Amino acid sequence: MISSNGWVAAATIPGRDSGVGRASRPALTGRALRASDRIGLMDDFRSRVERERPYLLRYASLQLRDSHAAEDAVQETLLAALTSETSFGGRSNLRTWLTGILKHKIVDHVRRAGREDPLAADDDCSEFDALFDARGHWRDAPAQWADPDAALEQQRFFAALEECLARLPAKTARTFMMREHLGCETGDICKELSITPTHCWVLLYRARMALRECLQANWFGK
Amino acid sequence: MMISCKEATRLVSQGLDRRLGQGERLALRMHLALCAGCANVERQMAFLRKAIAQLVDRADRS
Repeated sequence: MISSNGWVAAATIPGRDSGVGRASRPALTGRALRASDRIGLMDDFRSRVERERPYLLRYASLQLRDSHAAEDAVQETLLAALTSETSFGGRSNLRTWLTGILKHKIVDHVRRAGREDPLAADDDCSEFDALFDARGHWRDAPAQWADPDAALEQQRFFAALEECLARLPAKTARTFMMREHLGCETGDICKELSITPTHCWVLLYRARMALRECLQANWFGK
Repeated sequence: MMISCKEATRLVSQGLDRRLGQGERLALRMHLALCAGCANVERQMAFLRKAIAQLVDRADRS
C-alpha cells in the first residue's frame, strides 16, 4: 500500500507544478506510447510476414515454373498483406492467410500466361495406347505399391516426385498442379485456362497416369 | 456390361474431379472388384493427391 501510494504521488508531482504541464504532458505521453506501440506492432507484423517469404516462394514455384513469375506473385502477395493487415486481424494462421492471397495471385499469373500461350485443344490420349490392348485391357497390369505411406516419411521420395512432375508437359503440369496443389475446382480451372471440362479431365488423367508410371519406375519399382 | 481397364482408369481419375453418375459408379465398382490392376491404380491416384498436398511442406523443411 505504502509503496504504491508513494509511486503514484511521485508520478503526479510534475503535473501539480504547472497547469500546462498537467494538461499536456499525460496526453503527449499517451499519444507517444500509442504511436510507438503501433510502430512496434507494424514492425512485428512486417517481420512475421517477411519470414513467410521462403515458404510462399516455394509454394508459388510448384505451380509457376517460371521463377520470375513466382517471385512476382510472392511480391504482390507481401505487398497486399502489408497494406491489409487489418483484414488479417490475427483471426487465422498467418501462413494460411498469406497462402490464400498467394493463390489468387498465382491464378492471375496462370491466366495471363494462358492468354499468351493458350492450351491446345488436344483430347488425344493415344500416348497410353501402349499400356492397353485393343480391347482396352492392361498389357501389364499395374502392381501394388508396397507401403506408400512410408514413402511420405522420406525426403528423397519428394525429390523423386518433383522430378516426375518436371517431366510432365508444361500444360499438363499446369492443369494438374492447379487441381492438386492449389486445390482449384475443375470448373475454375476450365474458366482460367479457357478449356472445356472434358479437356481438363483428359489433362488430369494424363498427368496422374504419367506420374504413377514415373513413380513406379523411379521409386516403387526399385 | 463390363467397362475396359482404359475406361475404368479414366473414371477413377475423373472421380477425383467430379461426382460420377450412378451408372458410372456402379460400372467402376464392379470393374474394380474384379480387376486388381485397376484397383491398384485407384489407390495410387489417391496416394498422388496426398503426396502433392504434402509437397510444399516437405520441401520447406529441407
